[in-house]
Amino acid sequence: MNAADQKRLLREMIFYRRFEERCFEAYMERKIGGFLHLYSGQEAIATGVLEVARPGHDYVISGYRDHIHAIKAGAPAREVMAELYGKETGSSRGRGGSMHIFDPTVRFMGGYALVGQPFPLAAGLALASQYQGTDQIAICFLGDGANNQGTFHETMNMASLWKLPVLFVCENNLYAIGTRIDRSTAVVDQYKRTCGYNVPSSQHDGQDIEVVMEAARNAVDHVRAGKGPYFIEFLTYRTRGHSMSDSNAYRSKEEEQQWAARDPILIYSKRLKQKKILTEEGIRDIERSVQEEIESDVVKFAEESPEPRVEDLTRYCLEERDPRWVGPLQQGARHE
Amino acid sequence: MSEMAYWEAIRRAHDEELANDTKVIVMGEDIGIAGGTYKATSGLYQKYGDKRIIDTPISENSYVGIGIGASMAGLRPIIEIMSINFALLALDTLINAAAKIRYMSGGRVSCPIVMRTPGGTAHQLAAQHSARLARMFMSTSGLRVVTPRGPLDAYGMLKSAVRCNDPVIMIEHESMYNMRGEVPDTETFRPLEGAEVVREGHDITLVGYNYSVHLCLAAAERLAKDGVSAEVIDLRALKPIDRETIRRSVEKTHRMLVAEEDEAAVGVGSEIISVVIEECFFALDAQPMRVHAADVPVPYNRSLERAAIPDVEDVYRGALNVLGRL
Repeated sequence: MNAADQKRLLREMIFYRRFEERCFEAYMERKIGGFLHLYSGQEAIATGVLEVARPGHDYVISGYRDHIHAIKAGAPAREVMAELYGKETGSSRGRGGSMHIFDPTVRFMGGYALVGQPFPLAAGLALASQYQGTDQIAICFLGDGANNQGTFHETMNMASLWKLPVLFVCENNLYAIGTRIDRSTAVVDQYKRTCGYNVPSSQHDGQDIEVVMEAARNAVDHVRAGKGPYFIEFLTYRTRGHSMSDSNAYRSKEEEQQWAARDPILIYSKRLKQKKILTEEGIRDIERSVQEEIESDVVKFAEESPEPRVEDLTRYCLEERDPRWVGPLQQGARHE
Repeated sequence: MSEMAYWEAIRRAHDEELANDTKVIVMGEDIGIAGGTYKATSGLYQKYGDKRIIDTPISENSYVGIGIGASMAGLRPIIEIMSINFALLALDTLINAAAKIRYMSGGRVSCPIVMRTPGGTAHQLAAQHSARLARMFMSTSGLRVVTPRGPLDAYGMLKSAVRCNDPVIMIEHESMYNMRGEVPDTETFRPLEGAEVVREGHDITLVGYNYSVHLCLAAAERLAKDGVSAEVIDLRALKPIDRETIRRSVEKTHRMLVAEEDEAAVGVGSEIISVVIEECFFALDAQPMRVHAADVPVPYNRSLERAAIPDVEDVYRGALNVLGRL
């Protein structure tokens, strides 16, 4: 990878961090409502995995911690922010909110708030690709908590049985909401759990983007080659609580400090400085330009965009208007 | 016109839609090599192959979810669930996903799936295979729910459901698969909305759907012998409900009885009575009433089972009650 790409990846991760922290601020100002789950600390995974996949071509689907998966998949950041503001210009026209970002123009097929629900949806996207004979794969980002749902087991079985082109990315941040993994899960190493379904898997550091990219490249190649699904586990840590309403009381200060030292942006910044690709000043320039872009473009767009019209409340509930299929039934036309 | 059984009508709709559009696939338990529990997909596996006729494991929530995911990427899956009781396992993907994806994506993603399933009490299948549950789907925004009463609608509504871009729940009935009826030989589509007046009358309106339409028709025959002219409406669709056809009928007859096979609470009957009160309260000459199942899980014993669900006698007596003749 050349220096320009390495700089770009670092800038992306800094952008994603700043985006999420800006969401936090807007939430505290009550400009964003509902539940808000931030991705801070896990940036290397979305950035690294999608860097080696084909965003816009491959299907991507996520859970409720979905902003950054959507943006890296190609959804405009300003539209994601406008969605969080509940605006008509948002990714889901203000109807979805933080947990339900959609952008089918780049094949980002949504964030879902039911834990584990994206497993079968991702397999279905993959089934469609396989059926249509395209080389698209489906990439499903979920946390470790999702693996305790029945959909994990049911979907692993069918994805393996039918050799579906789906990559399951497990972002193991060690906590299912507020319950530590060893208190909720008999087998702590998540990658071991797919062996009963013959789904190949591996476990990697999720904080070092270069490790993520190399591991993901192998997994993506496996899936795209038609060899069936792959389950890749990354160990990671979120710097904030599960959501805004989380006191974070279940994690120790020592643990948080240990992981803070392994912050993905910190790790990659250091590396690029060591390689003389960037100076400290260069990194500050990136931070300034990210800050500027988020304020003058992303937030400004969200703030200035219109609200949905209340008259449109029931729009988008049902689509079909074609009277041939929908009706109404012509009385007297029965038993033609 | 040809006479055919309900299951044959459903199979014909599958066959025509599979032939018409390669985006159509069929999924479900035992629907392929085994041909379907009620034969509704028999022969399709041999004709269209295992890529289009997909036998699934017994994992309702996830195979429905896979169908939904495939529909989001352009396929048009027809998904069979062997019994509506098993659909409870798939409520997460049906109600939390399929019904909501279009809305929560701001109309940017559609889920054109059809989920077909028999719901109803048949022959001593006991509590866990006799649920009706139509009320659960008809109360969910973002779904269409249709309840064909015979082969013509089973055929024509399934064909429309496959072409419709909304998620459609088609509720069949275990006791109706061998029911026979006329279906045109030429390709026919029956709309997914609109109730149908299946018998005209002027003294009372009997409202049914799916199996209970036949109870209403039989009760109307008996009422005719008593000199009562009953109008019978088949709702056809439980979501959306055709309020206009109900209103027009009740404004003519001034009396209404609704017959449902489900338990009463929060059900089809309570909904139709609400519609009548909202639409034409002042046209009523008597209180609208409902005939419904007993408030118990369906028993195994045949006598108890028959006592638990309404029959023609119940609808007949219910009508007499509304008419003030009991």
